[in-house]
Amino acid sequence: MPDATTPREELDRIAQVVAEVATADATMLAELRTSHLGRKSGKLTQILRSLPGLPADERREVGRRANELKRALEAAIEARERQLAEEHAAPADFDGSMPARLAWQGAIHPVQAVVDEICAIFREIGFSRVTGPEAETEDYNFTKLNMPLDHPAADAHDTFYLGAGTLLRTHTSPVQARIMERHQPPIRIVVPGRAYRRDAFDPSHSPVFEQIEGLAVDEGISFVDFKAAIDFFVKRFFSPDTIVRFRPSFFPFTEPSAEVDVQCRICRGSGCPTCKQSGYLEIMGAGMVHPAVFENCGIDAERYTGYAFGMGPDRITMLRHGIPDIRLLYESDIRFLSQFSAGR
Amino acid sequence: MNVSLNWLSAFLGRDLDADDVSRRLTMLGATVEGVERLNEELGDVIIGFVEQVERHPDADRLSLCQVNDGQQVHEVVCGATNVRAGRKYPYAPAGGVLPGGFKLSARKIRGVVSNGMLCSPRELGLGADHEGIMDLETDAAPGTRLVDALPLKDVRLELDVTANRPDLLAHKGVARELAAVYGGAIRLPAIPGMPGVGPAPRTVKRQGRVEGVEVTIEDVEGCPRYMAAVIRGVTVGPSPDWLQARLRSVGARPINNVVDATNYVLYELNQPMHAFDLANVRGRRIVVRQALPGERIVTLDGEPRDLTPDMTMICDGEGATAIAGVMGGRDSEVTGETADLLLECAYFDPKRIRRTRQALKMSTDASYRFERGIDLEGMSEALRRAVALIRAVAGGTEPEAGIDVFPRPAKPRTVFLRPARVEQLLGVPLSRDAIEGYLVRLGFPVVPKDERLHVQVPGWRPDVTREIDLIEEVARLRGYDTFPVEMRPFRASVVPSDPMEEVKGRVRVLLTGLGLSEARSLSLTAKGGADAFRVLNPLSAEDAYLRRDLLSGLVRSVERNWAVRERDVRLFEIGVTFRATGGPLPEQTLRVAGAVTGGREPAHWSASGKAADYDAWDVKGLLETVAGMAGGEGRLVTVADGWEWRDAADARRGWAGRLQADRPAWAGEVFGFELDFAPAERSDIRFEPLPTTPPVERDVALLLPSGVTAAQVGEVIREAAGALLADLTVFDEYRGKGMSGRSVAWRLVFRAPDRTLKDEEADAALARALAALEEQLGVERRQA
Repeated sequence: MPDATTPREELDRIAQVVAEVATADATMLAELRTSHLGRKSGKLTQILRSLPGLPADERREVGRRANELKRALEAAIEARERQLAEEHAAPADFDGSMPARLAWQGAIHPVQAVVDEICAIFREIGFSRVTGPEAETEDYNFTKLNMPLDHPAADAHDTFYLGAGTLLRTHTSPVQARIMERHQPPIRIVVPGRAYRRDAFDPSHSPVFEQIEGLAVDEGISFVDFKAAIDFFVKRFFSPDTIVRFRPSFFPFTEPSAEVDVQCRICRGSGCPTCKQSGYLEIMGAGMVHPAVFENCGIDAERYTGYAFGMGPDRITMLRHGIPDIRLLYESDIRFLSQFSAGR
Repeated sequence: MNVSLNWLSAFLGRDLDADDVSRRLTMLGATVEGVERLNEELGDVIIGFVEQVERHPDADRLSLCQVNDGQQVHEVVCGATNVRAGRKYPYAPAGGVLPGGFKLSARKIRGVVSNGMLCSPRELGLGADHEGIMDLETDAAPGTRLVDALPLKDVRLELDVTANRPDLLAHKGVARELAAVYGGAIRLPAIPGMPGVGPAPRTVKRQGRVEGVEVTIEDVEGCPRYMAAVIRGVTVGPSPDWLQARLRSVGARPINNVVDATNYVLYELNQPMHAFDLANVRGRRIVVRQALPGERIVTLDGEPRDLTPDMTMICDGEGATAIAGVMGGRDSEVTGETADLLLECAYFDPKRIRRTRQALKMSTDASYRFERGIDLEGMSEALRRAVALIRAVAGGTEPEAGIDVFPRPAKPRTVFLRPARVEQLLGVPLSRDAIEGYLVRLGFPVVPKDERLHVQVPGWRPDVTREIDLIEEVARLRGYDTFPVEMRPFRASVVPSDPMEEVKGRVRVLLTGLGLSEARSLSLTAKGGADAFRVLNPLSAEDAYLRRDLLSGLVRSVERNWAVRERDVRLFEIGVTFRATGGPLPEQTLRVAGAVTGGREPAHWSASGKAADYDAWDVKGLLETVAGMAGGEGRLVTVADGWEWRDAADARRGWAGRLQADRPAWAGEVFGFELDFAPAERSDIRFEPLPTTPPVERDVALLLPSGVTAAQVGEVIREAAGALLADLTVFDEYRGKGMSGRSVAWRLVFRAPDRTLKDEEADAALARALAALEEQLGVERRQA
């Protein structure tokens, strides 16, 4: 402490400083805080520290005033700082159009979004969501599904083999068999997952692709229930006015079998390049579960009936977003993925 | 499969509308994928009657023709040598357009104006012949459009025929479907100049003779039925116009009259046939047998083929002449010199044919049909029609009846159908009569004996083997669109949802919220290794193995993003990885991984456009957070290259740290994490009462000697400070020059749940902690 001044004089001077705080700038405020309130050499800190050496009456008065001034100075500095901050945040020519401070926003893969949406729609009509292994046996992938390898129907399933009788599943249908072996009806499941076919990676094929399988089995399930469930899904997924077409087809694991088409949304059925002039877009293969599949999986085929369906979320995603090349889905290009972030 | 609308019309005896036929076939299950109107570009070509032919005054090789178009006569210069007065030819008048868009105008040829031209088949797109102009045998009047006079106006329908319907690979089968919906019967189309069909072939057991040729089936399993006929004295040459037009209408190329006739029967009746030159049938014998071990044959395409005993061969007295049902041998082919034919009409076992053509890696029109199953009962009709057709287009003497070697004649199959079962499956009431009606219209004879319908399956429907197949026929013919769309009550599923799907969903929301985007990488990779599982038949070395981890794929993706100059890349993936464990199937593990590089946040102007790059602490945090959500019981352990997540058995279940990447100078470092999903266990969070008492905070800077970790310090503090310590965090680290070790600043928050804590109590707890630190770790308080 300077010798020339008494604590009282010092306190008078500090009182004046408190009055000046109202006009101080940020630098001065920082300086004042250090010089008066600093823990080592702040003027008020030193006065308070010197109290024990003062005479009793002086000690009381100086102590009271020093503490009052300390609180006043702290309050004034804080008030001025707040004021300066507010002025800084909203200057007279504040420009609210300057870019916001954002956080990174990631995106769920568009195919996953489609998968989740499909599962959610089927959940509304009682379907639980299950999964199964990607490396499978021939037995589950083909045989139990009434799909002998020596039949031309197997040609569509060009298979990656892992060993004798083991393979990468060519569809998610093996999970049907696995579930039916473990549970007696009522069964209502959807099965999303990866499937594999030996197709070269090109604009319309990928050796790895996503599939969703569905299966409903119980007493009294008929072709009418099948049509109703698919129609419900299509109208939820696309729009309530979507026109759905069921067209006879052939799959070894269903009979009667159907291809489900929706009217092309671009040309409204009149024919365009997107639907290859047919007016319709194929979205799934489906049908009533073949009794042979029930027999192979331990379900009483006389008592129970059911329907099954399978669709390709990759293709549905491409249709939905106008994506021309399936490879974009599997190349993890951040410029592609970030287009699907929720904040956009 | 291409079908011609004219051909179908001939079967049905009525005109057909292409659009209506397309719609109906599609809704019957034979989807029409394309509709092509044929020869439309020939609309300007008319029939011209050449009244007079003179030599061109200035050119020896050109003629001057007077062509009558029905209204007037035009002078036309013609270069063909076959032009004759009094004949009809295709005439393209000046102003008309030819196929290919060639527009004709009147122009001078060697001083004479030619008003249009007389056309060759090639100029009209009707054949390869360009030797002369096309001589027309027609009654149509001059001036008639060529497309109206000849069977040229046609529509080609491209059908997508499913693998179960071999009958739809020929016109008769398609016509049968149409007759079922339009009503009426079908009849084989009349063929110009065709003699009546001959007698049915004689059926014998295993061996028989036709015109001195002995036919034997040794391989009954591979060839259940073999018919043959001999035609002598044929003249091999071009087919007549109508036959060529028919073949062209389905996109087939005419070859010669004999081959064209057998192809015609193929497209009409789905019976593949093979014509052998009888002169090359050595020993006057045909033997159908299994191939011998090591046997070889050179097929029609000139390729030598190695055979195995599970293939069926057609042999003559000296050796193999054809691979049954797949391809003929080069040496038995019909040539221009062929005079006598042996015509084969056989049924080969579908599975055998399939294995053979797969083993030989070849597929032919014949093998395609045989492997789907041809009509065992329709063979006699096909053979007799082929014989008659060959005689009509290639001549030949009237042959004796063919031979039908049929060792084990089979009875027609009967399938029983219960009307109640139809209703159970289709969900609408259908009368017995209605069901019977649908089946009869499709050609299934029905005998109503008891409560069931006894349905006979015709030979052309090998796919129909059980009740459900007939129910599909009923649904198909009734029309899928006639069934109501009616949501009926259903029972809840007994199958619980996979809880892991829920956890995956939560991790996705978490990571996208933290700025990472979801990637989907191919699960096949070029990367091998000790426990990598190999694919037996990969497409290329690029996808020979199943991925063992997700991070390698993400690093490749980061590098691809760098290649397009993207510096800020944040990716995650959830997927299955595979590991070889010696078993027949790989071990499959569900994992999540993430990789980040570049700025930790978008650059903002308030920070002068600068943002710090991601560092290792970020991925430590990602691993910790994701593990908390999906990693199960476990703990984070610091290791040499980062951190590991270890489960209760201390096995590594996850990792985070710095990644190696092929990094351009301007790019940031890449950090990543990968974690196994632990089996999802449902554990409800227990609520902790909110504190009602104020905390007391103490900040303390500690000098940690080298080798002492924050984790150790934290443990000692917690142990020594006791229950009053409510929270403990590190808030700073300082490494000074000349300092041994480092200073780490901690904030301790003390609280008593039941009373306001006194400063002295907090100080005492802190003092205990400091004493324990000094004693156990040599850690001292840093003096200010």
